[in-house]
Order: sequence, then structure tokens, then C-alpha cells
Amino acid sequence: MTYIRPAFRHPDLPRNDLGFTRKDYEGAISTLCAGCGHDSISAAIVQACFELSIAPHKVAKLSGIGCSSKTPTYFLGNSHGFNSVHGRMPSVATGANLANRDLIYVGVSGDGDTASIGMGQFTHAVRRNLNMMYVVENNGCYGLTKGQDSATADIGSASKKGEPNHFEPIDLASVALQLGATFVARSFSGDREQLVPLIKAAISHRGFAFIDVISPCVTFNNNPKSTKGYEHVRDHLAATGTVDYVPFKQEISTQYEQGKSKEVTLHDGSVVHLHKADPELDLNSRRSALRLIKDYKAKDQILTGLLFMDEKSQDLHEILGTSKTPLRDLGAAELCPGQKVLDKLNESLR
Amino acid sequence: MKRIEAVNDFVIKFANVNGTGSASANNMFAKSLFRMGLPISPKNIFPSNIQGLPTWYEVRVNEKGYLGRRGGIDMMVCMNPQSMAKDIQEVEAGGYFFYDSSKPLDLRMMRSDIHFIGVPLKDLCQREYSDARQQQLFRNIIYVGALSALLDIEFDVLTGLVSDQFRGKEKLITSNVRALEIGYHYAAEHYQCPLGIRVERRDAVGDQILIDGNTAASLGAIYGGATVAAWYPITPSTSVVDGFDKYCKRLRIDPGSGSKNYAIVQAEDELAAIGMVIGASWNGARAFTATSGPGISLMSEFLGLAYFAEIPTVLIDVQRAGPSTGMPTRTQQSDVLACAYASHGDTKHVLLFPATPRECFEMTAEAFDLAETLQTPVIMLTDLDLGMNDTMSPPLVWDDKRQYQRGKVFNEEQLEAMSERFGRYLDVDGDGIPYRTYPGTHPTKGAFFTRGTSRDEYAVYTEDGEAYEKNMQRLLKKWDTAKNLVPMPEIIEAKKGGSHVGVIHFGTSRDATLEAVDALAAEGIVVDTLRIRGFPFHKSVDAFIEQHDTVFVIDQNRDAQMRTLLVNECLVSPRDLISILNYNGTPISARKIHDEIIAVLRGDNVRPLHKKKMAKESV
Repeated sequence: MTYIRPAFRHPDLPRNDLGFTRKDYEGAISTLCAGCGHDSISAAIVQACFELSIAPHKVAKLSGIGCSSKTPTYFLGNSHGFNSVHGRMPSVATGANLANRDLIYVGVSGDGDTASIGMGQFTHAVRRNLNMMYVVENNGCYGLTKGQDSATADIGSASKKGEPNHFEPIDLASVALQLGATFVARSFSGDREQLVPLIKAAISHRGFAFIDVISPCVTFNNNPKSTKGYEHVRDHLAATGTVDYVPFKQEISTQYEQGKSKEVTLHDGSVVHLHKADPELDLNSRRSALRLIKDYKAKDQILTGLLFMDEKSQDLHEILGTSKTPLRDLGAAELCPGQKVLDKLNESLR
Repeated sequence: MKRIEAVNDFVIKFANVNGTGSASANNMFAKSLFRMGLPISPKNIFPSNIQGLPTWYEVRVNEKGYLGRRGGIDMMVCMNPQSMAKDIQEVEAGGYFFYDSSKPLDLRMMRSDIHFIGVPLKDLCQREYSDARQQQLFRNIIYVGALSALLDIEFDVLTGLVSDQFRGKEKLITSNVRALEIGYHYAAEHYQCPLGIRVERRDAVGDQILIDGNTAASLGAIYGGATVAAWYPITPSTSVVDGFDKYCKRLRIDPGSGSKNYAIVQAEDELAAIGMVIGASWNGARAFTATSGPGISLMSEFLGLAYFAEIPTVLIDVQRAGPSTGMPTRTQQSDVLACAYASHGDTKHVLLFPATPRECFEMTAEAFDLAETLQTPVIMLTDLDLGMNDTMSPPLVWDDKRQYQRGKVFNEEQLEAMSERFGRYLDVDGDGIPYRTYPGTHPTKGAFFTRGTSRDEYAVYTEDGEAYEKNMQRLLKKWDTAKNLVPMPEIIEAKKGGSHVGVIHFGTSRDATLEAVDALAAEGIVVDTLRIRGFPFHKSVDAFIEQHDTVFVIDQNRDAQMRTLLVNECLVSPRDLISILNYNGTPISARKIHDEIIAVLRGDNVRPLHKKKMAKESV
């Protein structure tokens, strides 16, 4: 196995609008287990950013601790990354976002990092509608510490050790919906067709965009008794429909069937188009999304795809009323009131 | 009977019930003395409660300018029947006890060695006001009026304060002045005024201001260019961010757009608050948080990350009495060690120790320069006493030519011109401080991965022991660099050539220490003092300990934490440092320091006096 990627670039490699090739969005070579679902998600992020023509350095990638949180090393090598402490990525992302509202924030976390140790910070980042994409690479277990159940493991699901889980699982998509996330989706690491347009839409969304990606752990949680193994997930998948992401200025060329499709224009002018498989789904209704998640679960199916969107939401900066210029770009002229103001203040304190 | 006689030198204490509006009346009292040109030090002694429990307000007047707690009460203004029995006991013999005489005093509480001054406040209020709320509020103003007669406070000064406070609300001015008059006349008619203790106008205040340390710190954050504040409410630090909010609304609104040149987020807990500060600082903004002891415990993990990943972080710790929830509304200096070595693994942090509101202002602003220059957490350790009490201070000063020291940050042009690979943790200049880049600077150069795991000089993950050690050594080199950047200690030599006795103190022990030193000098005992203002310690701290045969260290905590820090970080034996400790939740007093130093120097104590002699003998 080689740890060095060749620097060679074939001259005919396709380039995006900014002139970058797909390779410009790649990171270091992954050190995760071969076949890990997380690597597929990294690849989908690379693909989405390449297709969106995002300047790689305009992305900040953040994570907590765990297998999933290692992955930002493996994508977007020209972006700054921040591997913070366990379960605390949301607060670091909040601070980073406050300092510079002009960057794109990609947060990657796991089910342990989000649903257990980081549950508090996750819920509050959702509440604040922090403008970021938050991806949970959900495998139902703790990989780095060798396979303990996580809080998203289904009742009865058993990891490699064979012990079934007894505790009620936390459904992060439902939690996000209840707490007011303004973009909620679920996907499967093995379904790149679905995942790439979802990531593109999530990045373009202004506000908290949450994607729960079921991402099997090939080493500790991919056995027949696990509900987060490849086999089980593939057999129990149902999708809300197919998602098309149409960038701004590009015409919508596909014809969609009336009544079964939904078009959402994002603040940057791009369009998300959902060709609905289930006509029951109302993309602008939290209740509809929550009900469908439950209904499918009752049928032992995992509902994936775009579940909810509120494209008109206000993000944290809009709620706080902060300046359009990123706070970090303000200088002493804007920030320091000077001695004259102090003189007056001193006078009022005598 | 003895009568305490004193002009411009006494301690008066108000005993009130929390939530009855006494605070503004007491402030008016203190401010009136201040405006008569008299140095004062008011201190709130309050419970962790919103309404109903006893609360006290102690004001020391001292025309020589001694502002520390003196110890002992010359006059008690008792407005709280709950605490009366204890309050009466506290008065010094020959002192005065002011009470509401609408009801007769319980005879069991009487003392024959103090003077009782009854004013029927409740009756006076009932006669004057029909509304129950007015009766309560004006009762406070009436006792201030009575004190005006009893202590000879210039009545014009009081009416001036009322006019300032209620500017534009004529009705309120008239009614408050009326209440002051009711009290004044009653006292003047029924007692021989003034009492033995009284005030006289002086010019002993100069251009000084009256401000609490937390407000001064919040202004320091504004002047220091902070744009992001993330915090979780906790007494006694809350007013730091409250102050930041208040002054930002005045001073940081963009005049064109009306948008805010700052952001304040009330976090879900202290962990998130420090995480936000770290995220914002990593991304190039100046950010800070304020907390107290329990918050420090919660923030420790993140402080370790900021130390190891080298992210500027500014934290203001307004200390209160611990451990655990401790006495949340009482003062202490008990987070020294928790802050110095916060977090697991080998960590140490830069600390600042302000002693006055002006230093709270200056050191907060300086904390941002230091944090960005050194790329590490900087913790300013103040305490409840300084943070929440109005304190006399030299006016706040800002040099308009001053530039923010943003530290070593490569911009786009510098990265573009760079031919070699950018190494985030390379010690280019030999001072242990590497260069950093902000996210989003250059399309292909300067990006790196920030992590709490070990890494090489290029920020690439490694578990190589040699690379790890090299990095840890560089952090130590940076620590050495810090020794010359943090504020220097303040050394006061009693006489030319110095004394053989030294006293080391820090933070709010300053006023009481300097007063005790003066008192000792008057008795012929001269001592030198050193006030620690920053950590890591400057080499002059080592030298001071070396040069003095007997060294006292004053700590407002049980475990002599500063002494431990000195023993840990300087070449000094624990035997060489004699502790003076105060940890009952109230500020240390000059009397205590004086008495303990005297006791040791007279040999009442078994500890060695001359460390060098001892060392020789033990050889």
C-alpha cells in the first residue's frame, strides 16, 4: 500500500468552472479499514465540491473524534481542517462561522460523537440554525474502540460480539427535525447517486443542513444481525425520491411528472428538484417528514433522501444582525473607540 | 461609654434584605462620599439568592486612600431583623448601631458598649406614603438622609446625585429629595449631629473613577478588538459579558448599516463557550469568554486542545469560593493552580493577575495581544471582590497610536511568494512560536489540519516519539519566550538596598498588603513587596525570593496555591516561603496580614526565619 499520491495530473482531466480538477479536492490517503462506508462519503464530498466549483480553500472542514472525524484528512486537502475534541465540533464550528461568515463550513461527525457525547452541542447548533452542512457518518457502533454499541443502534441489533442492543435508539434525523433544522436528509454511503446531489443541496442551503448517512462499519458492525450492515441496509432501503441539484444559471431540462415533483429555489439561485417516490411527502412540513420516518420504520424500512427543507430560514448571523463584512476582517478603525470615548466614560464614573 | 471618634476614617456596614431596593440607596451613600473627595471602598456581601435573604454592603472611608478591607465595623446600619442579633455583635466597642425604631429593640440584643441610634423609618414612611412599594423604596432613601445628618455628608452632594440619576424625571427627583429631607430632619432633631465618626470634604480622590472590575474588563475587550464573545452565565463573571453587550450596543454598531461589529452567543454550557472562542480565534477573530471556577473545570479539556494545537484563546476567570459550587457569591483566589495547569497531559497556561479596575481594562486588552503573539490560551484571573464591587481606580487610558499585535500570520501575498512548503509548527524564528494561516487565505498554499493529536512540523498526524518530543520541547521554548512578554511584577523596595523581609502578593490582596506594610513600617519593621502580575514568572521573581531571608506569600485560598506555583516553577524550597492565608469568602484585611507578619517576625511561629542560615545548619 502506498501512502503517496502521484502529483501527476493528466492534461485531459475534466475541469470545473474554476479550472480545478477532481484531484484538487482530494485529501490524504485514508487509513480507515478497507471497504469502510466513510470513505465513500468522503468521495461523495469531493465529487460534490468539484461539481459545485467551490474554491477548495473557501471550505473549512471540522470534526470531533472517532473514525468519522478522521475523514476530513481524506478529502479537500487544500482546505483548512479542524479535528477538535470528542463531541464538541458544533461549538468550534459555531465560533469559526461567527468569525467569518463567508466560508463554507463542512462538519463531519459520527453517531458516538453526535448522539452521545456531543448530543448537547449538536442540538444547540441545530437550534441556532448555524449555516453549515453537518454530516453524521452513522454506523451504530464505536469503531475506534472496537465495536461498542452507539446510541443509534437499533433495539435487537447485534454487533460483531453478538450481544443484542437493549436500548431505544436515537434517530438523529427526527431529532434534527424536532429541533428546527432547516434542511434534513438521510442517505446511505453505498448510494452515491443519491448522496452527491444531497451534499450539493446541503452545501448550497443557508442554515443548518443535516444529513444522516448510514455508513456500515465493515469491521465491527457488518454482520447479519446488525441493522447497520451493508446487507440489511440494502434490503430495507426506501427513498423519498430522486434528487436533482441544478446550479444557478443552468436550465432545468428534465421533464418532471406533475404532482409528483417538488422544486425548491435556494437563496443563491440554484434549484433542488425532488422527484417524489411517495406523494405523501410534503418537503416543507416537519410533521410530514417525522410521520413518514416512523411509518417506514414500522414497515422495517429505512427512508432515505431529502426529508425536509425550509429554504427561507434565517441563519445565526441574520438572527444576530452581524455585519456583512466577516468579523475577522474588521480592523482597529471599526473596533476601537479611542481615548475620546474613554474620556467621556471616565467622566461619567466620577 | 467610649465613643469612636474619627474623621474620614471608618467602616460602615449596611445590613439589608435582598431584593428590597437597598442597593441603589447604598450606592448613593458611597458615591456621595466619593464626590466629597474621599477615597472609599464599598463591598457587597450578598447571598446566592434573588429575594429575601440577608445581604450586606460594607463601605470603608479612608482619606489616606487605603482601600483594602480593614476589619471591624464602626457603624452598622441595620435594616434586616433576620440578621440583627449577629449584626449587633459585629460592631466595635464604642461604635454605633443604627436601626428602625418603629418597633422597640429586643432587650436581649442590647449591648452597653455601643451607641444605639433609632430612627422610626417605617412610621415615617407610613405617614408620608400610602403605597406599599413606595414605603419600602423610600425607607432606604430616608436612612441615607438620616446618615447625611449623622455623618455630616454635604446635603447638596446627595441632591446632586439624585438629579444625575433621575435626569429628565422631575417627579422622581422631587420625591427622592423629599425622602432625604425627612431622614435628615429626623436625625438632626433627635440626635446630636454629627456623631463621633464623620466626614469632611477633602481633595483625596483626584481624577480617579469608581468602576467595577468586570465592567472595566468588558471595556478592555472592546478596546482590545474582541468581536466574538461566547459565554455561559455564572456568578460572579456574568457582568463581564453583560458589560460587553451594553457597551457594544453603544460603540460597535456600524453607523451606515446598523449591523453589529460583534457577536455574542450565550452558549449551552461552558464547554461550548470555550469551543466557540477557540473556533473563532482559529478563524482569525479576537474572541473571549468569561467564567468562574466551575466553568474552568468544564473548559479544561478544550484548554488543553488550545495549548497543544496552539490556538489563541482569551478567558477571564472571575474567581469565587470553591471547591465545587462552594460559596458562589463570596470571593477567593482559588483557581490559580486549576488555571495554571488546566487540562490533562503536560500543559501550562499564561496567567494575568489584575489588582485594580484599570488593570482589568489593560490586561484584558493585552490578553488578546499575548494570546495571538504566543498562540496559546491566556487566562486573566480576577475575583468577585474586584469584579463585582465598585472600586476606586485611576481613569482608563488608551493610546490611540497603539496597534493590535496579531502575531505571526502569513497572508495571501506571503504564501504566494513562498517557495518552500508551509510548516505550521516549524520554529522558524527560534523563539518557539510558529507561523499560522487563517482558513480561506490561499487557494493552494498554507492549508493545514488543526488537531489535538500529535503531529509533525507540517501538521501531519504522527505517533513518532521523536517528533512528539521535539514539539513538546518547542512548546517549552515558547513558554520561555512568554516569560518576557507577560506583565512584569511590581516590586516596591522599602528602603535603598532593600529589606531582608519580602512579601509576595497578587490580585486583590494588593490594597490590604500595602496598607499592612505601611503599618509595619510605622512600627519600625520595613519589608519589600513584590506583586505578581503574570505567569510564567519573570526571573525577577526568582531573584526577589533569593534576595530576601524571610519571604511571605499571601494567598486568598486554603492551600497556598500561589506558593505552590512558586515552588513548582522557581528554584525555591517550600521551606523558604511562609504563607499568609485568607479563605473565609471575604476579602483579606490589612489587620490580618499585619498581625501574621508580626507574629512570625517576633518568633511566635515555629517556622524558620532565616532560610539561608537554616540551609547551612541542615548541611
